[in-house]
Amino acid sequence: MSGADPPESGPLRVSIMSQGSYLIASIHTALDDAHFERFQRNLSDQIGQKRARGVIIDVAALDVLDSFGSRTLRDLGQVARLRGAETVVVGIQPEIAFAMVKFGINLEPIYTALDLEEGLALLDRLGRSGAGSRQHTD
Amino acid sequence: MTPDGSGEPQGPDEARDRHDGLLPELVAHLRTNRTHLREQWSSRITDARLLSAMTEDEVFTEATAIYDNYVEVLETGSTDALQHYAQDLSERIIPRGVETQDVVNIVLLLRDVLARSLFEKYREDFTLLNRVLDAYEPAANRIANMVAVSFVQERERVIRDQQDAIRELSTPVLQVRERLLILPIIGILDDPRARQLTEQLLKGIRAHRAKVVEIDITGVPDVNEDVANSLVQTVDASKLMGASVIITGLSSEIAQTLVTIGVDLSKMDTVGDLQEGIEEAERLLGFRVVRIDDVRS
Repeated sequence: MSGADPPESGPLRVSIMSQGSYLIASIHTALDDAHFERFQRNLSDQIGQKRARGVIIDVAALDVLDSFGSRTLRDLGQVARLRGAETVVVGIQPEIAFAMVKFGINLEPIYTALDLEEGLALLDRLGRSGAGSRQHTD
Repeated sequence: MTPDGSGEPQGPDEARDRHDGLLPELVAHLRTNRTHLREQWSSRITDARLLSAMTEDEVFTEATAIYDNYVEVLETGSTDALQHYAQDLSERIIPRGVETQDVVNIVLLLRDVLARSLFEKYREDFTLLNRVLDAYEPAANRIANMVAVSFVQERERVIRDQQDAIRELSTPVLQVRERLLILPIIGILDDPRARQLTEQLLKGIRAHRAKVVEIDITGVPDVNEDVANSLVQTVDASKLMGASVIITGLSSEIAQTLVTIGVDLSKMDTVGDLQEGIEEAERLLGFRVVRIDDVRS
């Protein structure tokens, strides 16, 4: 669970778990601006604390991902990258994927994968091939 | 039944009574001159080069049937038999490439032939001719209208059936290797179909946990901007679900068209044909296919 002290109170809508050198964030329900901001701060803090190399954001529980949500995810990915972690969004449902392309919404440049397992495998590959001098240990 | 030639102004009820009286006379006239009028009609059909898809005998047979039905409608006022016949006729001749336009023209020709014969018969008595035409024209118009409508309806029914058939056979999503799906698209890719195809593919990706999808468009006759854009969307949506897409079967004409209309396919992974696509997919998935040399020995 979240290690950082959340600056705002209220129930958590996102759980962040640590798994090896990766962080796994599950979004449980639709987030508004404030929630997203808090989530982003939490995640960014934890990347530093846990020295995470990769972040997985699981959106399987979301039934809509609009342009605001996807921009926030992109921002999140960029923040994570600046902190030294690659981000993979997993669990996008077929209906949501279809709606997103219909409305011209995309998540580039962050990575996407089918599910948690695939996301972890992708982070492993990225850790092995990319980032030159970075040494990645499983 | 004897024409009185008075020419007095008539009220609508009276007019209908008189028409009722005139129609049997008209029908009798058309029956008496059946052979002559039918021949006249047939020759005008041939002159106008209508129904070129059918032989002369066939045209004559159908013409006879239409003529008799036509006279019957004038006599009884009931269009049931003609409607039935028109429906049957359209079912028979539409598959042979007869155009609705031809059929309408033919019925209008018959209307014309009969009207001329009425002119000829009643030319001595202009008032009576007017009344005969008052009786004849609404009925004739109704017939022409009905035949045209039943042809259009038949055509629409055929189109609907075909659309259903296309939808049903639409596009299978096939698994050829573990985590590799193939989508062979055959036929025209319009918007509803592209949409359905994308939905099926995305569901297939989740169900088979596919990592690579190969879309083969060898069987797509024409790729215009809309089709290209929907392909781009399909690729993007698949990517969001973590599957990469390989497009195969782009012919050189289609490739040139796409470049000319300026569709950006740079994000797409395209290879020449289905076989190369499968090889590429196997490479991405880490498969290697090796021929066993001693199989034949």
